Amino acid sequence: MSELRGVIVSHAAVAQALVAAVKAITGIDGVLTGVSNEGCGTEALGQRLQEAVGPGPAVLFVDLPGGSCFTSSARYAKVGGADIAVVTGVNLAMLLDFVFHRDTTPAEAARRAVDAGAKAIRVTSS
Amino acid sequence: MSLALYRIDDRLIHGQVVVGWGQPLDVAFIVLVDDEVSSSDWEQDLYRMGVPSQIEVIFASVEQAAAQMPSWEADPRVGILLVGDIDTAVALAARVPLKRFNVGGVHHRTGRKERLRFVYLTDDEAAKLRQLAAGGVDVTAQDVPTARAVPVTEFT
Repeated sequence: MSELRGVIVSHAAVAQALVAAVKAITGIDGVLTGVSNEGCGTEALGQRLQEAVGPGPAVLFVDLPGGSCFTSSARYAKVGGADIAVVTGVNLAMLLDFVFHRDTTPAEAARRAVDAGAKAIRVTSS
Repeated sequence: MSLALYRIDDRLIHGQVVVGWGQPLDVAFIVLVDDEVSSSDWEQDLYRMGVPSQIEVIFASVEQAAAQMPSWEADPRVGILLVGDIDTAVALAARVPLKRFNVGGVHHRTGRKERLRFVYLTDDEAAKLRQLAAGGVDVTAQDVPTARAVPVTEFT
């Protein structure tokens, strides 16, 4: 089985910034790829996803649970031919967990990433 | 209030539409006119996921949209009508009289040339937009409400 990859799909440069942040914190490089929807129609974004995912397997980490990044990712996961899971609401905490826990299926990695990401969202009183 | 925006956008329902236009217009319903999406429950579910629950999303083919247009235009709520390409806009305008069309996003594809940062057109597509305008439709390009509405003569 090929190594599980992560592809971050976002508006503007959020994805590339998250890739850089994970590398800065962990030193791990080459596991995550950032894809922006900047200047893309549906067709072009689908091509960018195809290039980033390759043969898969992969988890697509999308910024919002709707919109062009999400619809293109969900569509690609359905018809792209690779083993892909889609997670929305990407945050840095879930990516940091993901890069250390990739020896599993996309679906299981996605569930784990959602748990890690959700645990990082909290209110801290002053 | 009826339909406040008639938009050509190849991303269909996305952030600029729901938030960028939807918030200032206080949109209550979005009509997505697309023959393919109107026949796919799965695609409709995808597009609904990007829309807050208080906004109704209506999917229609071109034929269905032409028939329903009077009721949407008479709706007291504020709505946005979306099509994904110029051919769909032309097909709709051929069936019902439309006063205006906003070109909100037509992105790069082989054969298209950049006209504006967010508008790429083939010569044929540019000609179709000019024909729409010649037929009495006010055609402008504007990605978000805070941007200038660029007249069709400036980008085709």
